[in-house]
Amino acid sequence: MNNDRRSFLKFGAAGVAVAAGLNGLMSVNPHLLNESITRKLLGARRLAPTFPRERAKDPKENGNVGLDEDVTDWSLKIDAPGHPSRSMSLDEVKALPRVEMTTELMCVEGWSEVVSWAGTPLRHIAPNDAPEYVSLTTPDKLYYVGLDLDSALHPQTLLAWEMNGAPLTPEHGAPLRLVIPVKYGIKNIKRIGAINFQTTRPPDYWAERGYDWYSGL
Amino acid sequence: MKPKHPLAIRWFHWLNFPILSLMIWSGLIIYWANDAYFSFPAWFYEKAHLSFRLGEGMAYHFLFMWFFAINGICYVSYTLFSGEWRELVPGRGALGQAFQVVLHDLGIRKEPLPPAKFNAAQQIAYTGIVLMGLGSLLTGLAIYRPVQLSFLAQAFGGYATARLVHFLLTVGYVGFFFMHVGQVIKAGWPNFKAMVTGHE
Repeated sequence: MNNDRRSFLKFGAAGVAVAAGLNGLMSVNPHLLNESITRKLLGARRLAPTFPRERAKDPKENGNVGLDEDVTDWSLKIDAPGHPSRSMSLDEVKALPRVEMTTELMCVEGWSEVVSWAGTPLRHIAPNDAPEYVSLTTPDKLYYVGLDLDSALHPQTLLAWEMNGAPLTPEHGAPLRLVIPVKYGIKNIKRIGAINFQTTRPPDYWAERGYDWYSGL
Repeated sequence: MKPKHPLAIRWFHWLNFPILSLMIWSGLIIYWANDAYFSFPAWFYEKAHLSFRLGEGMAYHFLFMWFFAINGICYVSYTLFSGEWRELVPGRGALGQAFQVVLHDLGIRKEPLPPAKFNAAQQIAYTGIVLMGLGSLLTGLAIYRPVQLSFLAQAFGGYATARLVHFLLTVGYVGFFFMHVGQVIKAGWPNFKAMVTGHE
């Protein structure tokens, strides 16, 4: 009986220790640890699966932050360290090599939709000596996302102006939005006003609201 | 008193309880954001503090999943290398024997069951739950990184289907839990004590 009592005491002590350990883990912010694991293990190396064009549907119009301002005199501002600031009109962006792809847009909420896009890979506007991070903001700066350079330069990361064969509607980010299949929908910023290549990790609208800054898929 | 459950198995078993609880808890926080298969009533989400915490739920789910995976891999490896798997994996005729166990548990079959560490119904349940764990791990990885691990998502019929399977497996755990606890209560104190002390 004494042995049993000792075993139960040990069981209780181990239980308290495990509970304390798990509780300790919960008090640290796990996002950065998760990011370091998933970035090292998987990164953004592989291509997202593509689908037949007929499977494409219109996704939900989730998220309208940064879409209120008038965009009649829109232009894309691009900054990178060691390069003069420049600005591109929509026609200049559209003159870059056009890519069409049908990929799955995945929302952090858990739903997904196959969508067809047309645009140009973001890497066409990136300098050769681009630093580690990229920041994209809406013209009114109310919505902003931060990207690691690998994901930004991924061949399927597009500056898109067409969705499912038609020009983007304002709700889906006209005139130019980001499509980045290696990230959750929250990183697919609508209505890009400025792109900044930078050495420090850019702020991110949803990361500031408790979501994973990396948000890789 | 004779030895029944090895120390390692008791550790893996009891560690799995808080880890799987944390996975189901954080999983429900995630599920709240798009409860597409089955809607829990609003008061359930509110009382359990599961609403409006999606970012946090994802953070914890993707942290504790490694503990769930490592604990499961350790358990399976231990049963393989120790030979304990022979007691746990159902043999030929297990389905028929398990049916006899059910009849016995319902009081229809009066004769005692053949003596064994685990009866056929237990073997099917304990092996099945390990396979379900593997299913959760694989569907979980498929929806965790559906682009970089797209071959896994495709193996389960795509991202959306993998997510549904992942959810159904969790429903299975909850069912297993109630059945398991019910059987432990029915089997009585010495049986429960053996899972703590190792002896019966």
